[in-house]
Amino acid sequence: MGEAGPRIRTIISGESRPTMPRHIKLRHDAGRGRWLILAPERVFDPDDIAVEVLKLCDGVRAVSDIADVLAKEYNAPSDEIATDIIAMLQDLADKGVVKS
Amino acid sequence: MNDPDTKHVREETITLDAGEMRCESTDPSEQQLDPSCARAPVGLLAELTHRCPLQCPYCSNPLELERVNTELDTEQWQKVMRQAAQLGILQVHLSGGEPTARRDLVDIVRTASEVGLYTNLITAAVLLKREQLVELKEAGLDHVQISIQNTDANAENADRVGGYKGGSEKKKIVAGWVHELGLPLTINAPIHRYNVKDVEAIIDYAVSLGADRVEIAHVQYYAWALRNRASLMPTREAFMESAKIVERKREELKGVIVIDAVVPDYYAKYPKPCMGGWGRGIINVTPSGRVLPCHAAESIKGLEFDNVKDKPLGEIWLYGQAFQKYRGTDWMKEPCRTCPRREIDYGGCRCQAFALTGDAANTDPACSLSPLHDEWAKVAEIESHETAPDFIYRRPGGAARKPASTKTPAESDA
Repeated sequence: MGEAGPRIRTIISGESRPTMPRHIKLRHDAGRGRWLILAPERVFDPDDIAVEVLKLCDGVRAVSDIADVLAKEYNAPSDEIATDIIAMLQDLADKGVVKS
Repeated sequence: MNDPDTKHVREETITLDAGEMRCESTDPSEQQLDPSCARAPVGLLAELTHRCPLQCPYCSNPLELERVNTELDTEQWQKVMRQAAQLGILQVHLSGGEPTARRDLVDIVRTASEVGLYTNLITAAVLLKREQLVELKEAGLDHVQISIQNTDANAENADRVGGYKGGSEKKKIVAGWVHELGLPLTINAPIHRYNVKDVEAIIDYAVSLGADRVEIAHVQYYAWALRNRASLMPTREAFMESAKIVERKREELKGVIVIDAVVPDYYAKYPKPCMGGWGRGIINVTPSGRVLPCHAAESIKGLEFDNVKDKPLGEIWLYGQAFQKYRGTDWMKEPCRTCPRREIDYGGCRCQAFALTGDAANTDPACSLSPLHDEWAKVAEIESHETAPDFIYRRPGGAARKPASTKTPAESDA
């Protein structure tokens, strides 16, 4: 993503503060009535939960904070939500869609 | 939310390289908001010019290259970008030939970016200057893809294949600028018999150049590559070895670099879903403004191509004869018509079906269900084990010429 430094895999944990690199665009596609993630030669199709998580990935909030926000909203245990979104964000980090 | 295995993000791939694009666009039936937009292609391949300083013998441009005096002007390209965004296209791949040979590239990128398109520059990089890259970034360029022929340790081999002395060194310098400027970088490496053994080194080289993504793109044998097939085809054994290396490197470099691989369909089990289905995911505009369902479509006789100078892009996409002809599955003959895979691979490549059977509606011989398959697959087996003939380099009028010498040729004046 342009930054200098060692090329190592990003590992997502509850303490990670994920964000999307500049060249990854979360965009609402009005014509198709859905959200899309635009990446080099790729389009990702996020569901409502993924969109909500990614909107909260601002590089400031930790994954655990994001889980707390969603826990209130969905009235579900925060640690279960954290497990779910860590798996999702790890997958996206491996695809270069989020960094931490 | 309770199932940790829930997949919240589905991936759709649009790979552009020496002859193949795959794309899974949205299911048009699920959207009612704007019927034309819901059916829009995801990607626009904008071939800004056929001029190119390199002369790669596997070039995916047609054998009949379009001349500079037929190229669309700046305003016409800008109009294409606006129409593309309006139609619902999401990504534009600025390609060629060599797109940086156009002096107005920055203006075209700026317009594309302003109208919300994701802009991807597909370049050989040898003409780029640092300040140009800065300007392109400021104009909103989202991503750079640089093609390489081999690693810098194999520069001589690379420059011979590209037909451009010093090309390998220049590409390395430009890749460094791209990285410095914080632009995301993909390295695209077309693979053939002269570099199939270097796949691991090429992947490691892409990492060292700061790339986020590398395409190990086995040459697709159309156009110039078909003309040079006997010079380029790797053996089945060499291909299988390279495929194993890709699998291993994917595990090893997980989270460091994304590795995409394109298989030579001579060695594949099923045909590729060429263009993700004809007239479905990708639209191609040639330097002179002709609108094609794929960049090789002009090789098929009997198709009529509209021009953006005469009609809006959206109208051509929806109603153009060339797009309607092989869109969907109604045009199919047996064995495709009743095949359970008909909406997975769409019967393969229409251009290849036409070139080898004389009818583009026939099954692509790459499919094991084609009656021509065995005979066709044997060609690769035979050619790859014979002494390679000299390259016929990609030059205006070059396809008809005698093969060039195996030495690095002088620079093209194209």
